Amino acid sequence: MGGSEILRVEDLHTSFFLPIGELQAVRGVSFSLKRGRSLGIVGESGSGKTVLARSIMRLNTGSNVETSGSAFFDGRDLLALPLREMRRLWGAEIAMIFQDPMTSLNPMVKIGRQVTEHLRQHENVNRREARRTALDLLNEVRIPEAESRIDRFPHELSGGMRQRVSIASALACEPSLLFADEPTTALDVTVQHQILNLLSREQRQRQMTMVMVTHDLGVIAGRTDDTLVMYAGKVVEQASTTEIFDNTQHPYTEALMRSIPRTAQPSHTPLAAITGRPPVATHLPTGCAFSPRCPYVQPRCHEEDPPLVSIGTSEHKAACWYPVGSDANREAFERNLSDRLPQTLAVAEALGADQSSETPADLPDGGLA
Amino acid sequence: MAGSGKAHLRPAGEVLIQVEDLVVEFRAARKRTVKAVSGISLDVKAGETLGLVGESGCGKSTVARSLIQLPPPKSGSVVVNGVELTDLSEQELRPHRTQLQMIFQDPISSLNPRRRVADIVAEPLRVWGPHDEQEQIEIVDRMLHAVGLDPEVARDKRPHEFSGGQCQRISIARSLVLGPKVLICDEPVSALDVSVQAQILNLLRDLKVEYGLTLVFIAHDLAVVKNVSDRVAVMYLGKLCEVAEPDKLFSNAAHPYTALLLESIPEPDPAVAIDVSLDQAGEIPSSIDPPSGCRFRTRCPQASERCTNEEPQMREVSAHHYVACHHPLVAVAG
Repeated sequence: MGGSEILRVEDLHTSFFLPIGELQAVRGVSFSLKRGRSLGIVGESGSGKTVLARSIMRLNTGSNVETSGSAFFDGRDLLALPLREMRRLWGAEIAMIFQDPMTSLNPMVKIGRQVTEHLRQHENVNRREARRTALDLLNEVRIPEAESRIDRFPHELSGGMRQRVSIASALACEPSLLFADEPTTALDVTVQHQILNLLSREQRQRQMTMVMVTHDLGVIAGRTDDTLVMYAGKVVEQASTTEIFDNTQHPYTEALMRSIPRTAQPSHTPLAAITGRPPVATHLPTGCAFSPRCPYVQPRCHEEDPPLVSIGTSEHKAACWYPVGSDANREAFERNLSDRLPQTLAVAEALGADQSSETPADLPDGGLA
Repeated sequence: MAGSGKAHLRPAGEVLIQVEDLVVEFRAARKRTVKAVSGISLDVKAGETLGLVGESGCGKSTVARSLIQLPPPKSGSVVVNGVELTDLSEQELRPHRTQLQMIFQDPISSLNPRRRVADIVAEPLRVWGPHDEQEQIEIVDRMLHAVGLDPEVARDKRPHEFSGGQCQRISIARSLVLGPKVLICDEPVSALDVSVQAQILNLLRDLKVEYGLTLVFIAHDLAVVKNVSDRVAVMYLGKLCEVAEPDKLFSNAAHPYTALLLESIPEPDPAVAIDVSLDQAGEIPSSIDPPSGCRFRTRCPQASERCTNEEPQMREVSAHHYVACHHPLVAVAG
């Protein structure tokens, strides 16, 4: 805490113009990030989380993409920067790692050379120095027998090893900001754990600012300082990660938490599924985008889109007219229950069948004996 | 954990599916063989859900596929409902396949994009069902309704008009249309969004009760497997490590590999402490040249010389809890 601001995103919009109409992928996202912090961006497919990260990185190319708003990195607006200037930042100041390390690495280039590509691009190093640095980096990301692997090609490595290589490559120039877009989604659970630990350790040791984009609440729990929850291109809730989990405000976040099976629950616990499905970004509902699936929905939700405002503490923001835990929320639930709204009945039924799912924290820890 | 042995099997009279000493191998380049499944024995009672977990390459999908003899295993026996499937010819096998249906991970690619939903779901009926077309339509409508789709709306559409979750509902409808006894689910929710995943899991639970199904459920997500299973089998590199009821397995893992898996689950709860010591690379070895003795020994913190030389056998550590390990993490009862 108390660090200076490294990234400030203001009212970022990104749209794709498709034959079927305008696809509003990101619809007015603002947030700021302090130096050395880690931020998790959570959402389902189509929520705009990846497009948001790529928009800040200026990676959305194509004639049918339109981005507006601003993203200040160290005081400079990335979205207004000429591409030549941007190129100076890529890899050196801002780096990114992607979901699939097979497609993000060049299959024709030996890994030692790939790891130091940024370094040779941005800094004046000779070949021998670059090779030594590559070896140090590979050791740092814990690639066993780095000396022999430095001359291998990506296809000769396993998925986990490849992701270690792309992390090494991202860290080569000691960037101050790192985007990780679903870095472990393609990996097995034990390897995922290793890679997440590696990222957390590097982030802390290098005092690097990190943005982790993921669909998995489990990936950010206990690992990032802050969290943004996205739904249909907007931030619906923003708070410290512990606040998001312990003091959930937005009905979507709450529904997401209830719907995931947890190892702490006894087997055969019925899950409180979210009814319906995420909206199609070319045909968004009016008002709050979550309203058709929300158990607390009221007439106002269909008409006016709620702004992201502070609730309780100033650090905790949610975009909801009837935030979870408020009296208005409880009244809305009762009203919908007596109106027999299907999604409200479904929630009531799931909670009735399993009272304990309301307070998962109180369950005896059956998972990690 | 290269465990072999059959201590965990129940008497043949009590079970619907019994797999013994299953071996499946595939040919690889340069005359090598991939030992995908190396001597696994398993059983499933009628009405039970068996969860199969393990990382990529452990052979869990291969085990499931060998239940329907696709491909036929190299050796071993697969008995379903008293019939030894490995002895049957391709022709003799066909009627038995109606009893064993399967749903897959990617619901969109498992449906023919050019056909209407009603035709997709009716396809098994055209081969095996009543020949009366009206009767077929009725069955299809009933099935679509059972999986939560409106037959009026869905019938004439094609798969691309549906979301991933709805496509998975369509493939479930297709798999149940012949009234099978066993439904094999190979990662049925892995490709779905979190908010949709719970819908499909709840649907499978309801259908299982309604149609008296026996489920073989494969997933890499341990929380999902715990939620749906009556019994869980943990696999590693073509072998079984541990078999137990889910609550017991998760609270009292006896095999070091199970413990590692559980430790690795990203728990959606910031209060759960994360073991940050685990960032050394340890990965599943190649199944072309698996380690001798216990196959997990190269990654196992408990490994001893005995693990190199001697393959551990399945044994009971407590009631209905079996492990194949020389150094289990819990005291062995009796």
